[in-house]
Amino acid sequence: MPKEQSGANILIEALSDLGVEVIFGYPGGAVLPIYDALFQQKRIRHILVRHEQAATHAAEGYARATGKPGVVLVTSGPGATNAVTGITDALMDSIPMVVITGQVATHLIGSDAFQEADTVGITRHCTKHNYLVKSPETLGNVIHEAFHIATTGRPGPVVVDIPKDVQVATAPYKKPGTINHASYRPQVKGDIKLIEAAVEMLAAAERPILYTGGGIINSGPAASQILRELARITGAPVTSTLMGLGAYPASGDQWLGMLGMHGTYEANWTMNQADLIVCLGARFDDRVTGRLDAFAPKAKKIHIDIDRSSMNKTVRVDLPIVGDVGHVMEDMVKVWKARQHTKADLSAWWKQIDEWRAKKSLSYPPSTTEIMPQAAVQALWNATHKKNPIITTEVGQHQMWAAQHFHFESPNKWLTSGGLGTMGYGLPAAIGAQLGNPNALVIDIAGEASIQMNIQELATATQYRLPVKIFILNNEYMGMVRQWQELTYSSRYSESYSDALPDFVKLGEAYGWKGIRIETPDQLESGIAEMLAYDGPVIVDCLVAKVANCFPMIPSGASHVEMILADDQVSGELDDEAKALV
Amino acid sequence: MHIKEGLKERHTLSVTVTNEPGVLARIAGMFTARGYNIESLTVADITEDDSISRITIVTTGTPAVIEQVVAQLDRMVPVHKVTDLTLLGDHVERELALVKVAGTGDHRIEALRLAEVFRANVVDTTISSFVFEVTGASTKIDRFVELMKEIGLVEVARTGIVAMARGKEAI
Ligand SMILES: Cc1cc2nc3c(=O)[nH]c(=O)nc-3n(C[C@H](O)[C@H](O)[C@H](O)COP(=O)(O)OP(=O)(O)OC[C@H]3O[C@@H](n4cnc5c(N)ncnc54)[C@H](O)[C@@H]3O)c2cc1C
Ligand SMILES: Cc1ncc(C[n+]2csc(CCOP(=O)(O)OP(=O)(O)O)c2C)c(N)n1
Repeated sequence: MPKEQSGANILIEALSDLGVEVIFGYPGGAVLPIYDALFQQKRIRHILVRHEQAATHAAEGYARATGKPGVVLVTSGPGATNAVTGITDALMDSIPMVVITGQVATHLIGSDAFQEADTVGITRHCTKHNYLVKSPETLGNVIHEAFHIATTGRPGPVVVDIPKDVQVATAPYKKPGTINHASYRPQVKGDIKLIEAAVEMLAAAERPILYTGGGIINSGPAASQILRELARITGAPVTSTLMGLGAYPASGDQWLGMLGMHGTYEANWTMNQADLIVCLGARFDDRVTGRLDAFAPKAKKIHIDIDRSSMNKTVRVDLPIVGDVGHVMEDMVKVWKARQHTKADLSAWWKQIDEWRAKKSLSYPPSTTEIMPQAAVQALWNATHKKNPIITTEVGQHQMWAAQHFHFESPNKWLTSGGLGTMGYGLPAAIGAQLGNPNALVIDIAGEASIQMNIQELATATQYRLPVKIFILNNEYMGMVRQWQELTYSSRYSESYSDALPDFVKLGEAYGWKGIRIETPDQLESGIAEMLAYDGPVIVDCLVAKVANCFPMIPSGASHVEMILADDQVSGELDDEAKALV
Repeated sequence: MHIKEGLKERHTLSVTVTNEPGVLARIAGMFTARGYNIESLTVADITEDDSISRITIVTTGTPAVIEQVVAQLDRMVPVHKVTDLTLLGDHVERELALVKVAGTGDHRIEALRLAEVFRANVVDTTISSFVFEVTGASTKIDRFVELMKEIGLVEVARTGIVAMARGKEAI
């Protein structure tokens, strides 16, 4: 019989058995026993954030950049409710995360005790699964099961709510063997008959396209490699969602750029005119499909996804294959080779695609007086891409410009809040990514409004000597909101001006950061060089053109081919149907 | 602007789940969170060790919505199996109701006569009232209740539908 130990110690034991190296957290009454157990050990490092929301985003950043689950520890009540945004973010973006929340003692639950909140109730629908642990005997197994669920199948956040008495009471703990869950068994291998059918469709297609997504990143780096092989042997063009950037190298010949609302002309037209779409770990999100009844009208669709509920959710597909996209692509490549298929002659298709490419849809009006935000991202890419940096973003125009103009060559380098679109994600995510990759260059490309949503995390980076960089594209507007107002509401800029901005340079300095301001185009390169030369955290306030718009853009409710490429196509007011869409 | 809706179907689903705290809230909440309808939901544990419950859900939606409902249920961690009995084809559906009827004289006699026609049992009686227990398809219960309104319906309690596929196989 293993020795009895407190629930708090069981938690630490279980976490270290699971290989957890770092926890992002914030203490409080209901987790004091756990904090005391943390204090008395050296295996797990605790990173003290300045707000629980930031703990969850930092864990997401850590997870996305390392492939390992992110772990969060917060107290009951306000600690747990503050974590809800990041938990929801992780659910929407399929990020593996385990959140430990303290709870009032079991006998107090339901009595409106001090800092009591119904955490399992509140998080039931923003987690992949959650638990309330009622005895220390079950705690060890629950923790192991929580990690199993968070990291397998379609990854997601799992909350484990631990009442304070369970942290104090004792029980024996033994590391469980392999978890054989009674009801949860995600399907990893795809049905080989369906895979064979997919290969035949691909071999016969005249106008195929590979539409890749975050699922490839979720599957792990091997999936990105096999995607490259699949693309090579089929010769098909490749596009990606916002979440899948980096799975296929942006320097690859077959790369079309991102698709969707702010995707390239060639990616969206290729989708629209394709006769076969192979969706690889993407979920036909509304930012991607545009108007559903006009989405890819000529294409047969194959969908490879580990989550059956992603199939036929918004778009009906002809061949759904449930399984891990890495495994399924591997089988596709094997079948392709075994059947001795050769690359089809896609020259007519490529000729057409090259015409679309010639539109140069990512070009923008140059300026010699103002820094164009796109030019700032390009300059940042020029100066840093050889270092293979990790880029995080906040949410807004800057996020889209980063997606368009920063070119990713490998997976796990692009960390952004796609599904929930959470402003305030980028700085804590950068902190998490930096902790997982101490030697990497990590840059948060930010907007001046978003960065203020978790600005307190400047202190976290200072405390742990994390050399993260923040590059603010400061346009003095909530630019994305302003752009929509310009497009939809005849430029009635209701509450979208970023008034009373702080002096970001001084603000950074107050937290022990280096602050740099870039005001004119000629300062851009030197400012970036100065940022890179500094061995520590740097905040760059880069003043950019104030009312630049992000193009291409498919207005909501429009189809891929109704893309707007430049300002002169922006209409003043949209009808109610369009206004009702987000 | 008007909000559009598609053509709806009614499906009966059988769902087996691990009998853990919160499982019902998880399932019912998923329906509300995703805007699906529940017409009826019954749940009871079906194993000797109380480990697994069987839930019968009657839902309505377009075929695409029903397909999503099944997939969304299926991916939930405590769900073992989801069967769309309506898609499966032939199955039996039963519901039980307790129906309280008050009245005297002819009304009493008529109530008893109708109960016989519907094979309802009397499970409680006073000088001026009956409680009937009636089982059958929901439409039969609807009709029984409808008739009792004319006689002196006081109140109704219904279990909701339980269902099972015909034939020798388990779901
Ligand atoms: C302001 C703003 C603008 C945006 N504009 C765009 C845009 O123009 N274009 C765009 O693409 N996005 C855009 N987005 C993002 C968009 O909202 C969605 O988050 C994104 O399109 C979803 O990406 P995805 O389809 O790759 O799915 P994810 O959310 O990454 O989901 C992954 C899918 O893969 C599956 N999966 C997970 N793991 C595996 C595995 N191992 N094997 C197989 N399948 C797996 C999952 O079940 C899921 O279906 C924007 C977001 C914001 C905030
Ligand atoms: C938490 C949160 N609140 C509100 C929004 C809605 N929203 C989307 S983009 C945006 C403006 C972002 O402004 P800024 O950070 O300055 O970036 P810009 O668009 O100017 O690049 C807002 C308010 C959001 N995405 N997240």
